[in-house]
Amino acid sequence: MIPFTYARAGDEEDAVRLAGTAGSTYLGGGTNLVDLLRRTVERPSALVDVTGLSSSIEDSGGGLMIGAAARNTAVAEHRLVRTRYPVLSRAILAGASGQIRNMATVGGNLLQRTRCPYFYDVAGYRCNKRNPGEGCDAVGGPHRGHAILGASPACIAVHPSDMCVALAALDADVHLRGAGGSRLVPLTGLHRLPGTHPEIETVLAPGELITGVQLPAPVTGERSAYRKVRDRASYAFALVSVAALLGVQDGVVTSARLALGGVAPKPWRAYTAERSLIGGPATATAFRAAAEAELAAATPLRDNGFKVELAVRTITAVLDGLVREERA
Amino acid sequence: MTEDGGPVRINGSPVALPDDPRVSLLDLLREQAGLHGTKKGCDQGACGACTVLVDGQRVLSCLALAVQYAGREVVTIEGLSEGDTPHPLQRAFVEHEGFQCGYCTPGQICSALGMMAEVERGVPSYVTADLGAATAGLDGDELRERMSGNLCRCGAYNGIADAVAETFAGRTR
Ligand SMILES: Cc1cc2nc3c(=O)[nH]c(=O)nc-3n(C[C@H](O)[C@H](O)[C@H](O)COP(=O)(O)OP(=O)(O)OC[C@H]3O[C@@H](n4cnc5c(N)ncnc54)[C@H](O)[C@@H]3O)c2cc1C
Ligand code: SF4
Ligand code: FES
Ligand code: FES
Repeated sequence: MIPFTYARAGDEEDAVRLAGTAGSTYLGGGTNLVDLLRRTVERPSALVDVTGLSSSIEDSGGGLMIGAAARNTAVAEHRLVRTRYPVLSRAILAGASGQIRNMATVGGNLLQRTRCPYFYDVAGYRCNKRNPGEGCDAVGGPHRGHAILGASPACIAVHPSDMCVALAALDADVHLRGAGGSRLVPLTGLHRLPGTHPEIETVLAPGELITGVQLPAPVTGERSAYRKVRDRASYAFALVSVAALLGVQDGVVTSARLALGGVAPKPWRAYTAERSLIGGPATATAFRAAAEAELAAATPLRDNGFKVELAVRTITAVLDGLVREERA
Repeated sequence: MTEDGGPVRINGSPVALPDDPRVSLLDLLREQAGLHGTKKGCDQGACGACTVLVDGQRVLSCLALAVQYAGREVVTIEGLSEGDTPHPLQRAFVEHEGFQCGYCTPGQICSALGMMAEVERGVPSYVTADLGAATAGLDGDELRERMSGNLCRCGAYNGIADAVAETFAGRTR
């Protein structure tokens, strides 16, 4: 690691002020950042520890407000999350391991970097995200884990979070605070697609702090599920994951919220599939058609074409499972 | 900036925090405190060999910067036995051959203790069927899912699972 200073922020104002110095980076649980520091992928001169900021999880007008310093386990085990937003509990529990979930914060989970192996290998490979403009060795090299939606020739990395996939489906908003004040952005608008600048991953201004995540009240009558497909049964990142919330009345889909993980540079809200589903029959045929409509935009590469069919099948199976559950 | 919370306590004794914030809790344990029980497998969060308990919660000491743990209570494998009497879980690992080379064992044992505290608190897992249920258990796939953050290169998983299941039988709620 390159030397850096360490300071613990006492409150949000303190954090934003401390991070105003060039070269500063916020530190959550450290489960991603410490690894990146050790590999010198990240080279900050100062760390501002924000784990002492709000970690409360509270009802807010039938919805939920989650402090950015809340640990992943604390969110997953919270009674209000388990009863109102089980898809969020399930998604968090699908990620990493018990130890890592105890350390990881909500803010850190939102801003965790990609797990693209080329990005982590400073000495071995070229990477536009690490060194803007130098090229991307993933495009020509083995890339079965990489993106099929939303990627660009400059970067084909996927966003690795499970939690974010559920938050995208749940219409979560993210509270930000910077030197100029506070603002709210939708989770689906927090991360940016790579385009020609994969090094710019979010809409955050330099030094801007995530202070919390807000969930709207649950939609009555919706059933939900999170399913993750990976190379081993546990403790592995997603090849494809699906967060789904589905409302059905008299065999007709009344509401559908769907997001995908493991396939795109950001948590991927499947708006095309949703439009195809709403108002249509709640049948496996219609579910498959909706999934195919979403994946029609896929641009698979040499090694990751399997993700297209995997995503279609997983979406279909998850939605079909929700309808069967409803009938049972 | 808040005042720093003083030293970190390791197995009941205070240990000064490093001046250099780059030092991980794992390196503090092994190199400063001379406690070599906690192992460095991957140093990147992927194996669980470095698992310790902080205020009763299992964490990975390789991904923890020691300076973040001022005033916290760390328990390592060295802190589990009572004098020469091993912890019941340590004894069960021996009885069930829950290890071969033993490298992953301190992490497995600390992880299992932290896991059991989670189960007793009712924390669900990815394989828990009913997230609304107030209770949690170790039946079916639960134990292996909850312990999946600890790899064993020797493949002693059956013995590990038996030792953990036997030690905690009847303690699920
Ligand atoms: C072996 C392994 C397996 C994993 N498997 C999975 C998995 O299957 N699924 C999954 O979803 N995740 C997985 N993870 C990733 C894990 O979820 C993230 O590392 C974790 O959520 C990051 O949270 P943190 O608090 O530790 O963040 P840190 O590492 O502390 O920080 C991460 C980033 O967020 C920034 N940051 C932190 N807090 C704030 C804030 N409040 N405001 C602004 N910026 C902030 C930091 O500057 C840094 O850039 C895995 C990690 C490891 C090591
Ligand atoms: S895919 Fe993106 S992160 Fe991976 S090497 Fe290419 S530019 Fe870097
Ligand atoms: S050494 Fe910490 S997880 Fe492998
Ligand atoms: S006993 Fe050898 S690694 Fe587990």
